[in-house]
Amino acid sequence: MTAQTPLLRVENIVKHLGGHRILDDVSLNVPKGRLKVLIGPSGAGKSTFLQCVNFLLPPDEGKIFLEGREINGASKKELLGLRQHVGMIFQDFNLFDHLTALENVRIALIKVKRMQKREATERAMDELQRVGLVDKAGLYPAQLSGGQKQRVSVARALAMDPKLLLLDEPTSALDPELIGEVLAVIRELAKAGMTMIMATHQISFSASLADEFVFMEQGRIVERGAPSELLGKGRASRTQAFCAKLNELTGENAE
Amino acid sequence: MNEFFDFIMARVVPALNTGLWVSVQIIVPAALLGVAIGVTAGTLRVYGAKPLAKAMNFYVSLFRGTPLVVQLYFWYFALPYISIGGFNIVLSPMMASIVAFALCSGAYQSEYIRGGLLSIKKGQLTAAQALGFTPVRSVVSIVLPQAFRRALPGCGNEIIYLIKYSSLASIITVNELTGVGRGIAKATWKNTEVFMVVGVYYLILVTVASFILKQLENRLCIPGFDSNRSS
Ligand SMILES: Nc1ncnc2c1ncn2[C@@H]1O[C@H](COP(=O)(O)OP(=O)(O)OP(=O)(O)O)[C@@H](O)[C@H]1O
Ligand SMILES: [Mg+2]
Repeated sequence: MTAQTPLLRVENIVKHLGGHRILDDVSLNVPKGRLKVLIGPSGAGKSTFLQCVNFLLPPDEGKIFLEGREINGASKKELLGLRQHVGMIFQDFNLFDHLTALENVRIALIKVKRMQKREATERAMDELQRVGLVDKAGLYPAQLSGGQKQRVSVARALAMDPKLLLLDEPTSALDPELIGEVLAVIRELAKAGMTMIMATHQISFSASLADEFVFMEQGRIVERGAPSELLGKGRASRTQAFCAKLNELTGENAE
Repeated sequence: MNEFFDFIMARVVPALNTGLWVSVQIIVPAALLGVAIGVTAGTLRVYGAKPLAKAMNFYVSLFRGTPLVVQLYFWYFALPYISIGGFNIVLSPMMASIVAFALCSGAYQSEYIRGGLLSIKKGQLTAAQALGFTPVRSVVSIVLPQAFRRALPGCGNEIIYLIKYSSLASIITVNELTGVGRGIAKATWKNTEVFMVVGVYYLILVTVASFILKQLENRLCIPGFDSNRSS
């Protein structure tokens, strides 16, 4: 892999669902260590796009390359391998309800990576440490707050040593006072050089970390560029209009 | 009163104890097999490939839709006359009973398991797959343990029913509790006394089974899976 090869290259993805063209010719390059932020109205196809990247929804057309290697959607084994390298964070956490925080983080290490239990436990505790939840290791999802659940789910993804992290509105299901703790974890990850694609409405937060804003609408990328460029004073961008609307709704202050 | 007590202790209890042992030898394997069949059939009905799911649906409607007595007669009386690849299978009364009860119970158990599976949010399957779990492994490791906890109260109920309908084994000549009871009642003409005691035996069986099931529920209890909840 040369310096120029992006970690992830998505070329001309098309996806149909229920007879509708949900993704229409979407392309994206993600260099190592960068954060790309997907924004856009509800139904734009952000979640669909993220799920196409790790083939939870196999794209109908287009190509996906991870570290320069094309992902062959037909090979089950390759898909399972791909997913071990691509972590995913969901809006509503999707923790395994019958497992403690520790077991949630550990289970894929044991069942997928075939790690020894003791080694897996150590690794899981390290990740819980990273998200500040060591003292909650023995609690079940039902006993955790939303913010804590999302941090466990981040730890669960990180334990697999992903090369790329996909975050689908990681704070949208959280009460306002819990958003900060999750954003703090994401900020640390970005600073530590984790490669990420994140769909979010947290515009001002991501503006300081994102390498590029990608504005989607009706299954297409309609605008893209550096946050400063799109949000800069005197620019009449779609992104800016969308943010203004968001601010009206949430009172968030986009600088 | 004393005469009654003596009769019970001298004639009824020793005989019923042997019958009880026979009943237990039918109930325990039938219940365990029933749960195993129920988990397999229930899972295939929800996650299996189309033909398999359809086959399981057919199995369930067949065994829920016909009287258990008819099923018993089939396994005991009819099966020996059916040639399967040149072989005729003859089941002993005990075996026929176990097979009949396990298959019937399994059909009902699969309903509870299926309900439990459907109550688990789909997102957890997606999350497991995103971590690199195969579909089979994510069902086995993630969904089934939760579904089983949700289904446990219903499955327990079915086992309680099984204890009671195990008395039907007596009609294909098995000398279990009810069969033995009927024998003594016929010989002594003391129907009231005998069947009262038989009833008490079943009551004890059911109480013990309920206790064991409750222990199991407590052991498997996890915050967020309150088994007293009605869902
Ligand atoms: N299984 C499906 N069948 C049919 N249509 C679907 C399916 N899944 C999603 N869609 C449609 O695809 C479109 C894009 O959905 P998607 O969830 O990707 O949007 P999104 O940008 O993530 O929106 P949000 O901000 O609400 O999460 C929506 O119009 C949705 O109704
Ligand atoms: Mg979405």
